[in-house]
Formats: sequence, structure tokens, C-alpha cells
Amino acid sequence: MQKICDSAEEALAGKTFDGMMVASGGFGLCGIPETLIEALVASGTKNITAISNNAGVDDFGLGRLLRTRQISKMISSYVGENKEFERQYLAKELEIEFCPQGTLAERMRAGGAGIPGFYTKTGVGTLIAEGKETKTFNGEEYLLETGLVADLAIVKAWKGDPYGNLVYRKSARNFNPMAAACGKFTVAEVEEIVGPGELEPDHIHTPGIFVQRLVLATRNEKRIEQRTVRTGAV
Amino acid sequence: MAWTRDEMASLAAQDLSDGFYVNLGIGIPTLVANYIPADVDVTLQSENGILGLGPFPLDNEVDADLINAGKQTITELDRTSYTSSADSFGMIRGGHIDLSILGAMEVSETGDLANWMVPGKMVKGPGGAMDLVAGVRRITVLMDHVDKAGVAKFRKACTLPFTGRNVVDKIITNFAIFERPDRESPFQLKKIAPGMDAEGIRKMTEAHYTE
Repeated sequence: MQKICDSAEEALAGKTFDGMMVASGGFGLCGIPETLIEALVASGTKNITAISNNAGVDDFGLGRLLRTRQISKMISSYVGENKEFERQYLAKELEIEFCPQGTLAERMRAGGAGIPGFYTKTGVGTLIAEGKETKTFNGEEYLLETGLVADLAIVKAWKGDPYGNLVYRKSARNFNPMAAACGKFTVAEVEEIVGPGELEPDHIHTPGIFVQRLVLATRNEKRIEQRTVRTGAV
Repeated sequence: MAWTRDEMASLAAQDLSDGFYVNLGIGIPTLVANYIPADVDVTLQSENGILGLGPFPLDNEVDADLINAGKQTITELDRTSYTSSADSFGMIRGGHIDLSILGAMEVSETGDLANWMVPGKMVKGPGGAMDLVAGVRRITVLMDHVDKAGVAKFRKACTLPFTGRNVVDKIITNFAIFERPDRESPFQLKKIAPGMDAEGIRKMTEAHYTE
């Protein structure tokens, strides 16, 4: 079992095809798999359905794949801050399935855990509920939402070991554990590859069973959308 | 004199009780963090996976891996824990968060909330707002009393698509505060901004409420 690949291209080799569904970790531009997104751009894969909370910005994150028109549908909770996205959406070149953020996280979690559907109160009585089955529990109405399983998942972690065990850092964890679990094939890029046994077993966030290939991230720009600081006078 | 944004945030902060876990929305609600009473211990949650939000960082403390749901850089505290988005929304959906303070485009007299889309305009998506109003135990809305065209935002019924139905417990506008004891009761006018009177509020409000 050799999970570590020498390059992102090698890590995606044989695992991309036109019309595929790709799940990506990240919230805004935080914790996004920058290296693998670039490799997906280079792969030329077309007609991708992307499961991702956000759509990046014009020239960074999933915005890179929107620019090249490689994405035909997004399943997301919030897609602001991206002019190219807006243009393609208004021109009906791009389809969007809006999903409330917590429902999206749970759909990915459920898909990874073998749960095809679950009921939630989120979205009851709104446009999100249109066409969905409902059921009443204890006098309250709930919506049936479906689990999501992706052909490929790409995630970003802080540290990974040769077994594919991953540790994330601070709020860069976000959707990455669910993305890793919901992929039929999951590739992780990590800021640091550590040796066997170097990760504390009690501290592993994503166990290696969810990660089929691992590559050292070569892009760690970590662009900040809203740099907000306070002054020193406290 | 209408209340300023900071005064509205300060009024909202008076509802914070010791030990509360609170989620603050983007915009004016974020300002509430500046007015938490000194003798009240509150833990702020951010739905991207942080329980225990600290203040904005000093310039040399900025960490790209540490942002809030508004994508602003922040800091951690000695109580901070990080979770995945699924666990974070488990806290929200599971009813573990005591209070959420959100912005709104419209609120109806039965507590329906609209704050995520305007038909015909570019829709950015609901983000976490639908999850918050469905799961958090108590919802306070901070909004202007009327929109830019002077139209009342506290209405008989929402004209915009719903974020949630019958989910709002309290409304703080720049002119007045409305509140209801439970979600079967009508809203009651509780407080009026200095220089305004009940008759003026009535004229600028479409919703039915008690006085």
C-alpha cells in the first residue's frame, strides 16, 4: 500500500473523467486544496459537478475551475465574491443547487457514512423545500434530504502520515473531514508529511481509511478574504 | 433620534445571560461582541467550526487558518475548540446554541424571516442562515425599521422568499424593539428610540403588534 504520490498530477492520475462529481473541502478560501484544484485544472476534466460550500473567488480556489469552464454545476450554500461565477450563472452556462450550509455538511457526512437520506427542520416552508418529501415527528415538520457521494474528493490537511491519517489545523478543518468521507476516491494534499507513528492516534481527525492518495501540497498561498485586525492599544 | 448601529448592538447585548452560547450573524450583529456586559460570560460560536471566538488579531497575529463565518481573521481563546462543519451544525441544529442574532430584509408579524434572496437579483445562497433559524433556541433580528425606499421591513407578511417560518422572537430596529414571549403570541412594542413616539412607530410599521 503506497498512498504517497510524488505530484498532484500523479495523485489524480486515472481518477478523473468528464461529467464526474467532485467534492472539495474548504470554507471560503480557508482550508481549500489549492494544489489539487490546480492539478484538476491541468487535467482538463470537463462537465464537473462540484460539491463545495463556496465557489472561490475569480482567480483562486474553485474560481480557477470556473474560469476554464470545467464546472457545469455547483452544489453550494453560498457563492458570493465571484464575478465570473455570477456571469456564467446569469448566462445560464452554470447550474447551481443551493443547499443550506448545515444541510450540505450533513449530506456529505451522511453520504460518507452510508446514509442515503435524513430528515431536518432546516428549510421547511422555504424554496429549499420545494419538491422534497416531508414527515412529521412529534408534531413538527421535517424535510427529507439526501446523502451525497462524490466520484472524487479533494481535501487539504495540515499533517498527514503514510497511512493517510490526517490532522487539520484550526478553522481550516471545516468541510474537509466530510469531503474526505464522501469521496469514492479521496486525495489529500498536506502541508507536511510526517513519519509513521508521529501523529498521536488520539488526535487524528480523518483516519487513513478515508484517504486513498496523499501528496505534499506545493501551493499554500492561503489567501485571506477579509483581513481584519485590531490595534495594539488594549 | 434613531438608534445607531452600535446602540442597536448594545441593546441586543443586554439579552445575553451568563453561560450563553451565541452565534452572531454578519454585519450589525457582529458588533454585539463589543457590548457583552463585563459580568456576563458568553461563548461565541462561528458555524465554520469554532466554539469560543476571540477578538480580531493584532497585525502580527493574523493566521489564514483562523477565520470566522464572515471570512474575517480572528483569534482563539483559552476555551476555544475547533470542529468540522458537520459537528458545528450539529450544535446549531441540535438546539445547543442559546441565541442567534441575525440581520434581516423582512420579518412578518408571525415571525417569518426573509434574509437570503431578492428575486431577479443575483442570489448568493442561504449560507448557514436557514440552519440557524431552524435550530437555535432563540432568534433576535437586528435591522433598519424601513428600507431605503421608506417601506416598512416589519410586515404583515414577507414579500421575499423565506429563510424560515415563525422563527423570530425579538426585533431590534433603529426605531423600536418588539418582542414576544413565545411563538404563538403576537409581537409587543417594548421600547422606543429617543425622540420617537408610539404613533410614529405605528405609521412606519405594517405588521400588527400589541402596545
